[in-house]
Amino acid sequence: MSNIRNAFASGKAFIPFITCGDPDIETTEKVIRAAAENGADLIEIGIPFSDPTAEGPVIQGANIRALAGGVTTDKVFEMVARLRRDVTIPMVFMTYANVVFSYDAERFMARCCETGIGGIILPDLPFEEKEEFSAVAKQYGIDLISLIAPTSAQRIAMIAKEAEGFIYVVSSLGVTGMRSEISTNIEDIVKVIRENTDVPCAVGFGISRPDQAKAMAAASDGAIVGSAVIRILEQYGRDAAPHVGEYVREMKAAVMSAE
Amino acid sequence: MSQSKGRFGIHGGQYIPETLMNAVIELEEAYEHYKNDPDFNRELTELLNNYAGRPSLLYYADKMTRDLGGAKIYLKREDLNHTGSHKINNVLGQALLAKKMGKTRLIAETGAGQHGVATATAAALLGMECVVFMGEEDTKRQALNVYRMKLLGSDVIPVKSGTATLKDAVSEAMREWTTRISDTHYCLGSVMGPHPFPTIVRDFQAVISRESRAQILEAEGRLPDAVIACVGGGSNAIGSFYHYIPDEGVRLIGCEAAGRGIDTFETAATVNTGRIGIFHGMKSYFCQDEYGQIAPVYSISAGLDYPGVGPEHAHLHDIGRAEYVPVTDDEAVDAFEYLSRTEGIIPAIESAHAVAYAKKLAPAMDKDKIIIITISGRGDKDCAAIARYRGEDIYE
Repeated sequence: MSNIRNAFASGKAFIPFITCGDPDIETTEKVIRAAAENGADLIEIGIPFSDPTAEGPVIQGANIRALAGGVTTDKVFEMVARLRRDVTIPMVFMTYANVVFSYDAERFMARCCETGIGGIILPDLPFEEKEEFSAVAKQYGIDLISLIAPTSAQRIAMIAKEAEGFIYVVSSLGVTGMRSEISTNIEDIVKVIRENTDVPCAVGFGISRPDQAKAMAAASDGAIVGSAVIRILEQYGRDAAPHVGEYVREMKAAVMSAE
Repeated sequence: MSQSKGRFGIHGGQYIPETLMNAVIELEEAYEHYKNDPDFNRELTELLNNYAGRPSLLYYADKMTRDLGGAKIYLKREDLNHTGSHKINNVLGQALLAKKMGKTRLIAETGAGQHGVATATAAALLGMECVVFMGEEDTKRQALNVYRMKLLGSDVIPVKSGTATLKDAVSEAMREWTTRISDTHYCLGSVMGPHPFPTIVRDFQAVISRESRAQILEAEGRLPDAVIACVGGGSNAIGSFYHYIPDEGVRLIGCEAAGRGIDTFETAATVNTGRIGIFHGMKSYFCQDEYGQIAPVYSISAGLDYPGVGPEHAHLHDIGRAEYVPVTDDEAVDAFEYLSRTEGIIPAIESAHAVAYAKKLAPAMDKDKIIIITISGRGDKDCAAIARYRGEDIYE
């Protein structure tokens, strides 16, 4: 088992997502440190993919900028290794199946293990296809994070029973991106998850404001925020780290205030 | 224990977001039910025959045969179908299925615009709403088809992301489907994407080889020696091959778009230049870099300008049952002009890739041999672009 559980050990978790290499690796490194210092419980690091089919325009933009800046899977691993000298909070990767497959799944998991990555989120790898990666992930102690969507219905129990690390509850239909309102009944989904596993669950997709993070954390074990963080990077570029830090502090306070 | 579905050897599968899983499961269940339903099949046959104009002709190309001096050449005339290409075969099947499932809205991707036009047509006929995603680059290359889709009552959304071509249109249609599932069917245009699409589209396109097999037996009393079709995603090719797969004596030849050549980066010849990967819901061959980033591919043909290939083709390649050969822009344009002059048939630039390879193959074969070339679509849509390619500045 990985160190992901630590992220949920002291109350509700706040999980920021950062696309690695947007606009360059040095900035990503600074932003991750700032997030860690300001109360992030787990960092979701995106390895960019040319065609991110689960992402809305904001994170698509981050992927394009990162790839244009020359980031590669090897450079992402090197960055994580540098961060691990002093950053201890759990980190997971978010990327697409082809990035792992083309690197060779075993070689990928081995490097995750070496550099201290606890888990992997692959949004284009549903339950039916996970065996291909989960066997080798298990061998290296890497959790393959399961996603549960508003449309999962009768699939929730099946997915929850085999979940590892944490469960990523997708708040809304559609792709990633900020939403003014989240209408899915998260409590109902979490209730079924709880009946089937004690693996913690965090809610993502569409969350940007503290009140939304608080509400989602109240219904689950934590909140995941991607596009709103990327927006800060869009705005401040290489100077984004302190601004992300400030945002993380505010959001962490919001999730901590959730019952 | 998880269980992967829809495999062709190691290829295929369902690599899609969890949000879409119940939608593809619902589709699979509906298809399994309706594919053997006599009423559904009667309705579909009625539409194919009395609306789309099937069966399509198997035409003996006498002048071309004499000119090339080798194998006898037959053309399977999918260009004569209503809307001008093979795409209507699949679209009528899927639209009817969607309607039976209670869906009221169709979404589709399109490259050259042929699949978009066919989907817009079926939506108009069956009284459904329709939205077509088309790469912005392709909306410029194929402006006439954009107008046709709008004329038929569809919305056309230009896709600006990535290379603004077919792959980006597919990505955007998938994103749209995750946003709106309950009333919407994604009418995928090729034998690609997650299971059950490669199987459904293949079954609806298999009408091509079901007819051609009976037609050639009628005309020649025997099976052909080779069947040739162009391959992008591969729907007309799999439809042309399918009923010959058990007949080992029939060579199955898919013609990929080599663009400026398979030794350049400006190519879309996936089997010839790609590697195994996972993208757009399937495991198959893809043009990609060493880190699995999907390559920006190129072909003069918007319909073949795709970095992947359907999983069943990948499998037919792996087991050596079908051959996949590269055909360059130059060769395709020559063939486009050749068939127009020789037989009075203007083929789609996509189909011209198949004609180009047949021009090379036929002279090397004996006169008692038989080749069937699938003319997947008509070339009216390409005239302005080919004229520009030849330096004539005409706009449609």
